[in-house]
Amino acid sequence: MKKYDAVILGAGPAGLTAGIYLARAKQNVVILDKGTGGGQVILTHAVANYPGLPETYGYKLASEMKKQAQSFGCEILTSQKIQSLDISGNEKKVVTAEETFTAPSLIVATGGKPRTLGLESEKKFQGTGISYCATCDGDFFTDQEIIVVGGGNSALEEAVSLTKYASKVTIVHQFDHFQGYAHAVQEAEENPKISFMMESVVEEFLGDTALTGVKVRHKPTGKITELNITGAFILIGYVPSTEMFSGMLELNGRGEIVTGDDMMSSVPGVFAAGDVRAKKFRQITTAVSDGTVAALSAMDYMYGEDPDKI
Amino acid sequence: MTLDTNLKHVTSAKELEELISSNENVMVCCGRMGPMCVPVYAAMEELEASGEYDHVVFRDMAFDDPEAYVIRNLPECATFRGLPFTIYYKNGKVAKATSSIQSKDQITSILKEVF
Repeated sequence: MKKYDAVILGAGPAGLTAGIYLARAKQNVVILDKGTGGGQVILTHAVANYPGLPETYGYKLASEMKKQAQSFGCEILTSQKIQSLDISGNEKKVVTAEETFTAPSLIVATGGKPRTLGLESEKKFQGTGISYCATCDGDFFTDQEIIVVGGGNSALEEAVSLTKYASKVTIVHQFDHFQGYAHAVQEAEENPKISFMMESVVEEFLGDTALTGVKVRHKPTGKITELNITGAFILIGYVPSTEMFSGMLELNGRGEIVTGDDMMSSVPGVFAAGDVRAKKFRQITTAVSDGTVAALSAMDYMYGEDPDKI
Repeated sequence: MTLDTNLKHVTSAKELEELISSNENVMVCCGRMGPMCVPVYAAMEELEASGEYDHVVFRDMAFDDPEAYVIRNLPECATFRGLPFTIYYKNGKVAKATSSIQSKDQITSILKEVF
């Protein structure tokens, strides 16, 4: 069993920032990540609005944050599979396949993951027609017909971006209106290569070894339309990674952890930061802010407001 | 033209041919520094550093390098439409090929399966 002052779950910007603050305050802290670390930011091609930095790659920013945390003594363990959690007592316990970690404070920064349609045929064609990154894979669909599924800013902006390559882009959206900003909607509507299937959902992707078509159902009428396409970009947002906290922490209807302004969850000593938390805006800067507040609140929780006790 | 990773890079078709003819197990990830590719390079770096796969040679190759035709034009990649293209060579031949992002668990599973 390994004992720490704080255990952080998730090595994205929120978790790494919390790690930087805690380790710099001479706290014994470990970050456990289920993957290779970095969080959603490594899935971001270019970051142009992080204050004080010229445009950089998402993976570079994450890599620098990781190095900075480690330079202060923060331990980062990747590929950690959490088997069980006990957050009921004063010492929070995290059990992985290899080790048990305990600490008086736990910071949950497990982030989110891209939402999928959940269709079997969606899995079948990942990498052979179905993509979640227009910037990465757009050029594979030059002069071909494709669909974009979604109605938020990402879907609208990426649909416009994909018209640089594709001969025709059809946006398939489940509602009768878009969730994106007015300017993003206008730009898509004015693009002659883009058409729309509103109040419609994907029923099935078709093909043998690669995607060749899709069945789309119009929700009000039930009518099925079959489109010949070679590509489908699924851009329908993210879901928080909070399954393991169900029944332990207060979650909202979207499965996000409910916290106060101090990032404390419904359980004393357990804090949440970043995309996993219930909030309106999800940016790298807001994740960094959450991580900072969570770390400082965790120290308040452990030592009170007397800095000499730290 | 090389990628900004800690892996060793393959920079020519000839180099790849020599690599797979002189090593029994070779994994090559051919991509860009993009969101779907970076997690694969990161997983490969961790697997290489772990010491558990010393019998496997890990390399990357820039997809936009003209020399990467040696991977882009593989019959096994004919239907691929997602970066990166990851190729597992066993005794000089393609044993497995995947398209788009793969988790470390998925990669580990393939390594165990084919090597």
